[in-house]
Amino acid sequence: MSQHFPVLIAVLPLAAALISPLLSYINRNLGKWLVLTAIGGSFISAVNVLLTVLSTGTPIHYYMGDWPAPIGIEFVLDPLNATLATLVTFVALMVGVYGTSFLADADWLKTAGYYTLYGLLTAGLAGMVITGDVFNLYVFLEISSLACYGLIALGGKKSVLAAFRYLVIGTIGASLYLLGVGYLYGITGTLNMADLAERIVPLLNSPAVYIAIGMFIVGFGIKMALFPLHGWQPDAYTFAHPAAAALIAGIMSKVPAYAILRFFFYVFGADSFVISTGLEIMGILACCGIVLGSVMAIAQQDFRRMLAYSSVAQIGYVIVGFAIGNVYGLIGAVLHIINHAFMKSTLFLTIGGVQYRYGESNIYKLGGIYSKMPATTVAMVIAAMSMIGLPPTGGFFSKWYLVLGAMETGQYLFIFIIILSSLLNAIYFFRVIEQIFIVPDAKLKEVNKPKGKLELPWQMVLPILVMGLGILALGFWNEPIVTNILNFALPEVLLR
Amino acid sequence: MTPDVIIDIRPFLAVGVSMLAALLIMFSDKKPNVREAWTLIAAFLKVTIIFSMLPAVWSGQVYEYTLFNIVDGIGFTLKTDAAGMLFAGLSSFLWVLTSFYSIGYMRGHHETHQTGYFASFAVCMSAAMGIAMAANLATFFIFFEILTLATYPLVIHKRDQEATDAGRKYLIYTLVTGQLFLAGIVFVYVVTGTTDFVAGGILSKDMAPVWVLQVVFFMMALAGMVKAGMMPFHGWLVSAMVAPTPVSALLHAVAVVKAGAFAVLRVVGYVFGPALLADIGAAQWLAWLAAFTIIVSSLIAMKQDNLKRRLAFSTVGQLSYVVLGTCILAPLSLVGAMFHIVAHATMKITLFFCAGAIFVTTHKANISEMQGIGRQMPFTMTAFTVASLGIAGMPFVVGFISKFNLAMGALQMSQPLYIAVLIASALLALSYLMPVSFMAFFKKNEHGDFQSYGEADKMMLIPLMITAIMAVVWGIMPNFGGHFFDLATMAAQSITQSWIGGAW
Repeated sequence: MSQHFPVLIAVLPLAAALISPLLSYINRNLGKWLVLTAIGGSFISAVNVLLTVLSTGTPIHYYMGDWPAPIGIEFVLDPLNATLATLVTFVALMVGVYGTSFLADADWLKTAGYYTLYGLLTAGLAGMVITGDVFNLYVFLEISSLACYGLIALGGKKSVLAAFRYLVIGTIGASLYLLGVGYLYGITGTLNMADLAERIVPLLNSPAVYIAIGMFIVGFGIKMALFPLHGWQPDAYTFAHPAAAALIAGIMSKVPAYAILRFFFYVFGADSFVISTGLEIMGILACCGIVLGSVMAIAQQDFRRMLAYSSVAQIGYVIVGFAIGNVYGLIGAVLHIINHAFMKSTLFLTIGGVQYRYGESNIYKLGGIYSKMPATTVAMVIAAMSMIGLPPTGGFFSKWYLVLGAMETGQYLFIFIIILSSLLNAIYFFRVIEQIFIVPDAKLKEVNKPKGKLELPWQMVLPILVMGLGILALGFWNEPIVTNILNFALPEVLLR
Repeated sequence: MTPDVIIDIRPFLAVGVSMLAALLIMFSDKKPNVREAWTLIAAFLKVTIIFSMLPAVWSGQVYEYTLFNIVDGIGFTLKTDAAGMLFAGLSSFLWVLTSFYSIGYMRGHHETHQTGYFASFAVCMSAAMGIAMAANLATFFIFFEILTLATYPLVIHKRDQEATDAGRKYLIYTLVTGQLFLAGIVFVYVVTGTTDFVAGGILSKDMAPVWVLQVVFFMMALAGMVKAGMMPFHGWLVSAMVAPTPVSALLHAVAVVKAGAFAVLRVVGYVFGPALLADIGAAQWLAWLAAFTIIVSSLIAMKQDNLKRRLAFSTVGQLSYVVLGTCILAPLSLVGAMFHIVAHATMKITLFFCAGAIFVTTHKANISEMQGIGRQMPFTMTAFTVASLGIAGMPFVVGFISKFNLAMGALQMSQPLYIAVLIASALLALSYLMPVSFMAFFKKNEHGDFQSYGEADKMMLIPLMITAIMAVVWGIMPNFGGHFFDLATMAAQSITQSWIGGAW
């Protein structure tokens, strides 16, 4: 049993998602609970794998159907992606529990549709993280993308257009990735990442590889909304189904960033000319994205739209970390993937809570929320502080490592951009805080009245508090994460 | 001489007790008496914990504890050295008095949002303790930013447009410079491989080009200068006077602004070191700026009619004494600078307490309306007069001792100009504070405004009497109770030890 944990991470939610419509037809709740249990099982598997990898110190190789690599599909779990798999499944679990209250009154078809898509999204994201096969990565990328289009379209009236737009652009991105894989397969004859990494070495300076890398940058750039390919994101995040928005915003754009890390540092090796040029270009684009995203965020009136633009900026931090390219830069980037998943999810969870209760997501209608929804406010403030990067929240520490890495290599532009971005972040988050605490009560009409003593149903309060306080925990315990997990996984990359 | 290190968790307890109190205060929102009890219990516990460390620190030992590592290679470490003990002891002592005063003030004034007020106040005190005792720059920065954030709710306390603007101004000043400070810290870490505070400095001239060191020094000192309200960065402090008076008293005269001055002290004495700074000449500029601030702020203070604003400008000037003393770099001026942290805190908190007491009792905020108020409130105004004389540097009041040492330090470095600045500033201080006392005691109250009012409420009167008495006691016996003068001397000695042997 225990040797099958790696595959269970992806297979459990995948299988559950496919069975759930049938069960939902029998009873509305059965399908829902099946998917949630499966995601829970997936989380437990991921934790298990993470602990095993950390205690043995060697990566786990799992061969699908016992077909050895490079012929069969291989899952490789090292400390880095085991951590990320844990992160993906944990956030998916939290957001899944949170989503139940949004669908409390939906009919069986809508419930079934939602949870099928949700399970597929989780399976796709987890699969992308753990796979060691470039084509398999494409398959999971498409699974997650299609599920994501569906979840965005479920959001309401305006969401269909946003979803369609994302579908068109996103498909272009995925196709570009597939074409790139085609080029690589054409010159190396393999799809296995480890195998590819060996065979590509003499061919790194061939035009085919250049083209493939260019396609990867554009393809993944679209998927993670790297400036200037971010056009789809604001609408998609704003109109996505509020129950799933937290997972889409927190994880969906981070996994392609992880894929970039995997390809550029593990498969191709960052010391080659073409990769370092590619990273440099992405670094510059990321800087533009950080500034533009932050400025645009300041201009928004809708909380979710502001968060979407802020995501454009925040993904820039991760890419800047890659572009810095030393140990500290990579630690900062990966830590920021984790931190940002927590803080962006928390922010979407909290604004989703406000939407659930008052049907409002306009920043200027949040006056007096703090006395009506104290727990939500606490989580929101913590997440906002983390976005600005103030200690002792998690966001400070990823920034610390990024600045440290940039200082070490003398890339002062990145330091300037990171500091500037912190200050711009401060502008738009303190604007929200002013609204919450200073402006008089906005007298909103309650759409859903919570039944018990809590401000929201417990299914919502629990994830909000866990994720919100998790940001503080990540701040306090970032050092164990760095020394035990990231330090352990990353220097090996740089030795190549 | 490296002091003996005692591994002890007490520094963290001192920080943690008010953090915990802040949580408990939040949960006792509906019961004001329970809520205030938490504040008082925490204040007393904190002062007990801090002062229990005093004997050992005084005898040259150091308490140190690392809770966990903040980031790779840097511990979350608190260390009670002489300088830290001085600041922590002083703030925790004054917090007890301010807690009583706050309760009297807030209830007497029927303020809203009291729960948030007391909780933020407790967090501020935790942060101040952390700043006092931080053993390295990273720990220092964490508490420095916590202090920034925790002060914000206090500045916006009134929730009106003026308070909102003051809050924005405050954030702009402090967050921008905080980020520059962070970049400076990272630079120090990359260059030296450590962020630990070491008396005498950790940087040396061969580590980077001189101009880089100068730039980094200003980036780091700037954060302290802004918090200390040095000109031209004093704007936020004056606007922040919209906060309730106890906040102005403890935070905008003691904890926050002193944390800024203390940051300059740590950067000068424990990161760059006087030897390096004398070599690259960066401290000189800061000293000139401080001297400029001392004179100009006094001149502006004379023009203010609002009592709190006048005191705010006085604070701006007095804080620059600390920066000036630090940047003269002489052993005696360092003693003077550190002791002025104690001296100014005691005197200025008295003045603000008095201003608040007058405001709550009579609802007068402008000096021109205070004619004859001394007849109605003799104790308050006597305390005010004593503290005013101290600010001006009269002997037998605590301000004299610090200024005397500052002047001696200026002589040590053969910088007589600074002595002229000190004398001029003393005269200016007399001319902006004495008129208040004159107005209160010798002017006839023509409108008969104050007939219906008496002396201030005891909750406010007793704390302000105690601080006024302490100002006199410390003026005669500077080592009374807290050994603050000895602590200042020890710290100054350790800073200058490696440079000129710490002798005078």
